[in-house]
Amino acid sequence: MIHFVLLISRQGKVRLTKWYSPYSQKERTKVIRELSGVILTRGPKLCNFVEWRGQKVVYKRYASLYFCMCIDQEDNELEVLEIIHHFVEILDRYFGSVCELDLIFNFHKAYYILDELLIAGELQESSKKTVARLIAAQDSLVETAKEEASSISNIIAQATK
Amino acid sequence: MALSGMRGLSVFISDVRNCQNKEQERLRVDKELGNIRTRFKNEKGLSPYEKKKYVWKMLYIYMLGYDVDFGHMEAVSLISAPKYPEKQVGYIVTSCLLNENHDFLRLVINSVRNDIIGRNETFQCLALTMVGNIGGREFSESLALDVQKLLLSSSCRPLVRKKAALCLLRLYRKNPDVVNIDGWSDRMAQLLDERDMGVLTSVMSLLVALVSNNHDQYWSCLPKCVKILERLARNHDIPQEYTYYGIPSPWLQVKTMRALQYFPTVEDPNTRRSLFEVLQRILMGTDVVKNVNKNNASHAVLFEALALVMHLDAEKEMMSQCVALLGKFIAVREPNIRYLGLENMTRMLMVTDVQDIIKRHQAQIITSLKDPDISIRRRALDLLYAMCDVTNAKDIVEELLQYLSAAEFTMREELALKAAILAEKFAPDLAWYIDVILQLIDKAGDFVSDDIWFRVVQFVTNNEDLQPYAAAKAREYLDKPALHETMVKVSSYLLGEYSHLLARRPGCSPKEIFSIMQEKLPTVSTTTLPILLSAYAKILMHSQPPDPELRDQVWAVFNKYESCIDVEIQQRAVEYFVLCRKGAALVDVLAEMPKFPERQSALIKKAEDPETDAAEQSAIKLRAQQQQPSNALVVTDQPPSNGPLPVGPLTLVKIPSISSNVETSLSDERLSHENGTLSAVDSQSAMPSEGLIGDLLAIEGPAAAVTAEQKPVSGLESVVDGVDALALAPVSEQSNSVQPIGNVAERFHALCLKDSGVLYEDPHLQIGIKAEWRTHQGRHVLFLGNKSTSSLASVKALMLPPSHLKMELSVVPDIIPPRAQVQCPLEVVNLRPSRDLAVLDFSYMFGATLVSVKLRLPAVLNKFLQHISLSTEEFFPQWRSLSGPPLKLQEVVRGVKPLSLPEMANLFNSLHLTVSPGLDPNPNNLVASTTFYSESTGAMLCLMRIETDPADRTQLRMTVASGDAALTFELKEFIKEQLVYIPAPTPVPSPAQPQVSSPPIDPTDPGAILAGLL
Repeated sequence: MIHFVLLISRQGKVRLTKWYSPYSQKERTKVIRELSGVILTRGPKLCNFVEWRGQKVVYKRYASLYFCMCIDQEDNELEVLEIIHHFVEILDRYFGSVCELDLIFNFHKAYYILDELLIAGELQESSKKTVARLIAAQDSLVETAKEEASSISNIIAQATK
Repeated sequence: MALSGMRGLSVFISDVRNCQNKEQERLRVDKELGNIRTRFKNEKGLSPYEKKKYVWKMLYIYMLGYDVDFGHMEAVSLISAPKYPEKQVGYIVTSCLLNENHDFLRLVINSVRNDIIGRNETFQCLALTMVGNIGGREFSESLALDVQKLLLSSSCRPLVRKKAALCLLRLYRKNPDVVNIDGWSDRMAQLLDERDMGVLTSVMSLLVALVSNNHDQYWSCLPKCVKILERLARNHDIPQEYTYYGIPSPWLQVKTMRALQYFPTVEDPNTRRSLFEVLQRILMGTDVVKNVNKNNASHAVLFEALALVMHLDAEKEMMSQCVALLGKFIAVREPNIRYLGLENMTRMLMVTDVQDIIKRHQAQIITSLKDPDISIRRRALDLLYAMCDVTNAKDIVEELLQYLSAAEFTMREELALKAAILAEKFAPDLAWYIDVILQLIDKAGDFVSDDIWFRVVQFVTNNEDLQPYAAAKAREYLDKPALHETMVKVSSYLLGEYSHLLARRPGCSPKEIFSIMQEKLPTVSTTTLPILLSAYAKILMHSQPPDPELRDQVWAVFNKYESCIDVEIQQRAVEYFVLCRKGAALVDVLAEMPKFPERQSALIKKAEDPETDAAEQSAIKLRAQQQQPSNALVVTDQPPSNGPLPVGPLTLVKIPSISSNVETSLSDERLSHENGTLSAVDSQSAMPSEGLIGDLLAIEGPAAAVTAEQKPVSGLESVVDGVDALALAPVSEQSNSVQPIGNVAERFHALCLKDSGVLYEDPHLQIGIKAEWRTHQGRHVLFLGNKSTSSLASVKALMLPPSHLKMELSVVPDIIPPRAQVQCPLEVVNLRPSRDLAVLDFSYMFGATLVSVKLRLPAVLNKFLQHISLSTEEFFPQWRSLSGPPLKLQEVVRGVKPLSLPEMANLFNSLHLTVSPGLDPNPNNLVASTTFYSESTGAMLCLMRIETDPADRTQLRMTVASGDAALTFELKEFIKEQLVYIPAPTPVPSPAQPQVSSPPIDPTDPGAILAGLL
């Protein structure tokens, strides 16, 4: 299973974290610090796997961002590497050539998308189309609620005028 | 891209991004946190929109790495909001900020359940996602049934059901009973007929988890898995949107093959044939293509197929096909594939006999040891270690040695250990072995444990032909200007014993050897000094005709150390000085060391040749006298096979106290004979199990004194094997004992301070342990590895927990297949403070030999402690409020191992007691704090203060305080044990020596304390 997902920038800034195994706040900070040290210093053209604390971290760099997922020793590394790519493709489709800035200002969207992709550290959906459809449906739900709210407040405003 | 509608959040994010430095960022964040805190305080004025905005800001700040210790309640409360936008934020932020142990989660179980059983499917999805990501045991108990219903419901849409499947998987991990219902396995089989790929993918993950625990119930799923695999890999029968770079859902293929690996075999011939057809197709049909992602995905499937073939142990034809593929992979340019090729070759060695085919790739594997990527180097090292045998040992070990100087720090320890093991296991001749180990010590002395050099001494002692060679080698190394201390140890020992064999060579006269050793003396620590002193005494004895000048020089050294603060050195200096003046008697006393009983090597032979009759092994029983910590006794059942011992089968080590003079210690034979008889009787009769545990414990005090430092002091010559673990005697009534590798007691002590490592090892079996601690709970995994090439049968593991620990060991399989490793989770819950220890009663049959050991588990008091550092303002009010017994206890402890303050602070920190320097104005005092966790006490702050006396480091005053009387007492005793007995990795004489001569048991005597533990 995937124990956690981590997005860090080349400067070591955290862009997204998601923990599927229980880690205390202190452990989380420690993990992030340790792993950024290990991964950001790795050169290009090395393999995408790092052995770390008896587990494995599969990572891949996309432009200025490192996507990391931590798995068990015996898990299938390449499968997870492609989960990362699958995630990136979905982000790309949603934002329209995604860049780091999109993920900084819309970090909550990245969380929504990740939740449609993984649950309990396991892949739940491998169709990009389905994920895109579900996220669009969520967005429209939020929109509708907002419109309702504003129309209600308009009514109230007019009534109290 | 700005956020629609949440301007405040965007502005905040830009502000943080525009900060020039960390300090500015902190200021901005603190300001925002202050703002959020005030807004939350007058919650009435907050609109849902504002609440949402602030909760997102909190998450953002948290992600930046700042502590957010408030507002969790607001995030959690959004879950109960009626509208979707708030609910969504509540669920997501809660699952990011909190983990499963958080108390607030209890508050929302009801709302979550209402969402799950309600009609709104978007709400169902949100709730299932959160529970699937952070649901704990309580969620498991109250929600499992509802989640099951959703998964099985025919009216639910796929988007809900796939989430329900994974949510159930999470709940199952927390509590396996959730699927403990009639007919569940049939339902699983039905679920595998699912046509929606999202649901099927999730269900397959659930199935993998279920069969990995217990495949027996799910046989009906096996043919369905094969069908799915056929459908995907052969028929490509899958909607377009579920292909990934043209490959039918690689993830589902991988998961399906993973599930199949948990079934021991595929019996039905038709199913088997179909499966192998598909596997064959995958093995043959995977080509390297240009597109990286397509390549990765197809190789993910390929590697999983390889693993499945290995597991099913197919026809030889397919296996050699696999090796051929792997051989191709380890030579490709693409680093991922190279890495996986090496990894899978190692795995393959574990399951099948393909050593010879893999050996063909040795050169390529050695090249990988020099790969620029450390991940790949690690894999290469593991593979070389696994594939090493007598034919290639020389090449491989020499490669490893060469690589040692270039290897990075993090890998050296592993490298050194592996090289040493291989050199010993497969040495073509002993001179080569000596060369290898000496090189190893020279290049990586810091990483060479004492066991390794003890073993060299043992070999040299037992092989007369080797002695001049070893001595000459040792002499060569001493010429080097900078020498690792371990090298000083081993060379001085060898030269002390055998330098007279070199006397006629240039530069090897007693005087020259003495002076070169004397050059090293100022650089060595107190553990090496005693060895040097012994060597001097021996060199002096061997110098014929006597050389008065050398004698004066040596005596001057003895004189100098007569008043050394270190007891061991002092004792040796005094005794050697007296002995040296005894003339002829000296020759007897300092005679050459007798041969060691042939133990370990016999075991290695046995490890390689499992057919050897176990009855031929010489059984060695160790018995330490608990009541007489000064007299540790070693009784061998049989004389060693390679010649009789000079002093007969009973050998004895005596460590007389300083106070008694040499004559009394020499004449103490009556006692020793009594002890000898006693032990001999014991070893004949069946030992009661308490006796075994007694042995385990007793050894710590006296055995540490006995190990390795052969003390040529008493009239009877001493032989103690420093290499063999003295710590335990795995003896059962009819069986021969199998010797553990390494010192079990040391392993235990090392594990008390760290969370993973080897607990026990013998020639057939290795037990590793890995632990994770969270407050009062611990989660262990025991790794039972069969090292031999035949199965270990009747494997039994029984936990004997003390009353304060609740322990649950999962089922241990009866049989461990050859070269396989089994993992057994073990859950520990600490109910209340106590120092009692848990014991694992472990036994297995190797051939006809029953091996049974009792091992202490490192679930010790300090594992339930967590660091906490307090400021002066926090510490003193607490300290004052806990006044007097029983909450605050004070004791003067004597017989403390002399430690400098920094050493003591280090020891405390390693025990999770946080030392706060500067809190106590007196520099000789040490103040520390920690938090203790148990079910009865909850989290409990503990404070302590140690007042030392700079004039006398062997005593100190200790004050311990906590809010629980039992805890205070237990913690005080625990710290005391640590201070009077420091588990020493090197064979340092036991700190108990100053008191050992006093017959009544001193309360600070570690032997007695340890004996009282069980």
